[in-house]
Amino acid sequence: MSFTPHTPEEIREMLATIGVGSIGDLFRPIPKELRARSFDLPPGMSEFEMMARLQEMAARNGRVVPFVGGGYYDHVIPAAVDHLAGRSEFYTAYTPYQPECSQGSLQALFEYQTAICRLTGLEASNASLYDGGTALAEAAMMALRVTGRGRILLDGAVNPFHRAIVRTYLANLPVEIVELPPVNGMLDRQSLAGKLDDRCAAVMVQNPTFFGCVADYSDLAAQVHKSGALLVSAVYAVSLGLLKPPGDMGVDIAVGDGQSLGNHLSFGGPAFGFITAKKQYIRNMPGRIVGETVDREGRRGFVLTLQAREQHIKRHKATSNICSNQSLCALRGLIFLASLGKRGLVELARLNRDKAEYAKRALAAVRGVTIPPGGPTFNEFTIRLPKRADDVVASLLQRGIAAGVPLGSYYPGEENSVVVTVTEKRTKGEIALLARELEGALWN
Amino acid sequence: MSNMYYTKEHEWVKIDGNIATVGISDYAAHQLGDITFVELPKPGKAVKQFEVLCAIESVKAASDIYAPVSGTVLSVNETLNTRPEIVNESPEESAWMATMKMTDPSEVAKLMNREQYDEYRKGL
Amino acid sequence: MELIYEISVNGRRGVRLPASDVPAATPLPGEFLRAEPAGLPELSELDVVRHFTQLSRRNIGVDTTFYPLGSCTMKYNPKAMEEGARLFLPFHPMIALLPGGEALAQGTLAILHHMEEALEEITGMDAVTCQPLAGAHGEMTGIMLIAAYHKAKGNRKKYVIVPDSSHGTNPASAAMAGYQVVTIPTAPYGDMDLEAFKAALNGEVAAVMMTCPNTLGLFNPHIKEICDMAHGVDALVYYDGANLNAILGQLRPGDVGFDVVHVNLHKTFGTPHGSGGPGSGPVGVKKALIPFLPVPRVVRRKDGSFTLAADNPQSIGRMANFFGNFGVIARAYAYTLMLGREGLIEVSELAVLNANYVMSRLKDLYELPFDQTCMHECVFSASRQLQHDIHAIDIAKFLIDKGFHPPTVYFPMIVKEAIMIEPTETESKATLDAFIDAMREAAELAEKDPAALKRAPVTTPISRLDETKAAREQNVCFA
Repeated sequence: MSFTPHTPEEIREMLATIGVGSIGDLFRPIPKELRARSFDLPPGMSEFEMMARLQEMAARNGRVVPFVGGGYYDHVIPAAVDHLAGRSEFYTAYTPYQPECSQGSLQALFEYQTAICRLTGLEASNASLYDGGTALAEAAMMALRVTGRGRILLDGAVNPFHRAIVRTYLANLPVEIVELPPVNGMLDRQSLAGKLDDRCAAVMVQNPTFFGCVADYSDLAAQVHKSGALLVSAVYAVSLGLLKPPGDMGVDIAVGDGQSLGNHLSFGGPAFGFITAKKQYIRNMPGRIVGETVDREGRRGFVLTLQAREQHIKRHKATSNICSNQSLCALRGLIFLASLGKRGLVELARLNRDKAEYAKRALAAVRGVTIPPGGPTFNEFTIRLPKRADDVVASLLQRGIAAGVPLGSYYPGEENSVVVTVTEKRTKGEIALLARELEGALWN
Repeated sequence: MSNMYYTKEHEWVKIDGNIATVGISDYAAHQLGDITFVELPKPGKAVKQFEVLCAIESVKAASDIYAPVSGTVLSVNETLNTRPEIVNESPEESAWMATMKMTDPSEVAKLMNREQYDEYRKGL
Repeated sequence: MELIYEISVNGRRGVRLPASDVPAATPLPGEFLRAEPAGLPELSELDVVRHFTQLSRRNIGVDTTFYPLGSCTMKYNPKAMEEGARLFLPFHPMIALLPGGEALAQGTLAILHHMEEALEEITGMDAVTCQPLAGAHGEMTGIMLIAAYHKAKGNRKKYVIVPDSSHGTNPASAAMAGYQVVTIPTAPYGDMDLEAFKAALNGEVAAVMMTCPNTLGLFNPHIKEICDMAHGVDALVYYDGANLNAILGQLRPGDVGFDVVHVNLHKTFGTPHGSGGPGSGPVGVKKALIPFLPVPRVVRRKDGSFTLAADNPQSIGRMANFFGNFGVIARAYAYTLMLGREGLIEVSELAVLNANYVMSRLKDLYELPFDQTCMHECVFSASRQLQHDIHAIDIAKFLIDKGFHPPTVYFPMIVKEAIMIEPTETESKATLDAFIDAMREAAELAEKDPAALKRAPVTTPISRLDETKAAREQNVCFA
């Protein structure tokens, strides 16, 4: 079963038109000695049997109450997002190369770009990247192109997975990455000051940091610009309902994971990454960009623009190799933001912070748990335990609670620390359960 | 005797003493279509003959522009930053891209004069 | 049509959030806060629903329209795959990375592992990673694996060879991995010029990137020779899987000698293209490259359970946040289960049949630069129509009026006025006949009434757009 409509009679007619005797004849260009030596796959099945199989597999995953983030967050998703993004005119189209029959995607992406610009306080957004980590790597490369310099100063308080992606992406280029160990969950500004010089292309930070700390990088931006480097900040989209946007701080390029905007957790993807920058850097941006123009009658319309930056034209000199992005996920992000609206996003952000602050107090009240020094937090915060965090988190997991991300694997010396995430979906009852179970795990 | 010369890559160069002014030919401008961006070189940039000097973009194409002669970039035509369309309107006059200080005047021998260039173009 | 920002009404509310069951927190100090709310629209839910439903009607997709976009494999996306992927939406990826968390992710890890195994068998490779998030991302992963291989062996390599007919992502990916690109021209017989290739091949070549069948839709009978010659100088050979649909079950890149392949799940394995993504670009490798694969790797333990291995010192590291575009991978896994061995073989058979049928019925009217049996797609040139000042783009726009998505035009760049048609296996003879009729009508109009083609499209909400204005003005955000 391969979803093919051909009847045997039609196949015969088509072969006759082509002038060959069999389908096998069409594969004659492939020499016999190159033919597949094996193709050992099971026989096919109906969709019903397939579903039964997948249901059985889904049942093998455990369900827990998630107090974990690490770049992906368990937020509400309005029903309209699934329904509208599921319209097959969006769902089964491809990249809008032919604008006249793709105005739906193109206008939506223009609206998406606008939403991301307004959220981040910057002037130019592309039509999405793969994810937050690859967006950070693309931002690094963008800064290298803009400045013509060869060193990246990377704050250790940036998501360790995203830092790993930056290292992988840049591994084969003549670039030096200097990672700055964080202090109290934040950028070590003193250490940075000593390293900021005319070899530096970018300083890369995150807000809130992986430890959950909220920062204002306004003064940092001035310092970075003085050295001729760019300031790149990763941001958490939902937090921008409340937090100062990177553009207002003087950040040059902002990136982030768009998952928190209407995209399901889906075991890590698909979601999307976003990238926005000051307008002057638009030619150095990677990926697709939609621009406004007019048709022959002067009516407004949208097209893919500045394509001469891209791989299909500029090949090895392109700003990036990216072709397919995460369009549908970006569309979900736009529908999410439009559904919540101007005040809804503020409320959502506030709700997250309220719940997290409540949980922070509840956990701080657990015997032996301390809140390490650091700035204020948004919906994630670090707690320090009197025991190895790995053991405690593992034991809580057995009891149906993902209590947070233990930091020991990513930050030597932080073996007793856990980053706890509390979104609007966590209830007071679940928070109480977490506190109770944590107490139990620590002292029973 | 004209002091304009052309390259096989369709750049023109106007020689005035040891100063060379560089642009792209009317033929090249027409082939590229509507120019949307000229990536001008940085003054002070040193470049050898037939090496990449700068780049130019139209909606569907991106092309390198090669230096017709060796030298150092003295000045660039800043107007092209805001009005790239003059490359289409006046490729061989208003849309000059850079002036260069020539280092080797004998290199001109490797270039074509207008007649030779027209002949070369016909063969394309 | 108005922008969503233009229909916003001050004070209008949309989706309601859950009420808070905790006290309000002390506000953050002012320096951390935004001065005013982001300028998002204020709309009712119905406003939002109407807006995006109207927008969707200004789009066409495979579900509405025949979409023979060459090189993109726009086949039908079976609906059951959507239902299958939906089962996994609530699972947080971070859970699997917590101490003891793998036990709670056995179903999702199993899917990743099973899909990797299936792709190993389909491509003839020794190991597969599903981490890359799209085809180009897979290419980049593959070239980085090759770079890591050479580095580990102490090889000094500088160049990557690509044919001039390749996708632009090939040279772009090679450049991102720090290599210089050497481009080999296409010979009159439609394949990479073998003599030029031999001349370019030397000990400093790290890799040769091949698309097979190539972007002209032709099978290159010399691929084995090319692999062997490359291996002779310890260069590895990369298989760009964009055109895998043509050879499913017929040929396996691994058997031929390719060292690295990427597969586009959104092309060959029928996952929806989503207006430009998400895709998924798993990468398969031969044994020698396994140590360099990105982490974490999904590994099957002796007891049959699955674990994530991240402690591989030679690994290139991480290419993505987590484990790849899991939802896309789950759809492709569902597709593979439904089709099975016979179904997948039938895919290539009927894809090739459809392409040759279209080619046979159009080659009297359109120039066929390489007239031979094609694989899953055929590439014409509008050079004959050009005599009447009709370009490939004019034919494309006319096809929109006739109710079709146009084929890929102007690619591959080596064909002047290229029209690249990939019908895919899921289209019926009747659909192909209707498309062929429209193409024939276009050829006729080119001679008799070229102005009619220049006017097209006339049935769409807007006519042809001024792309120059867009590129010069760079209006990319609503003011």
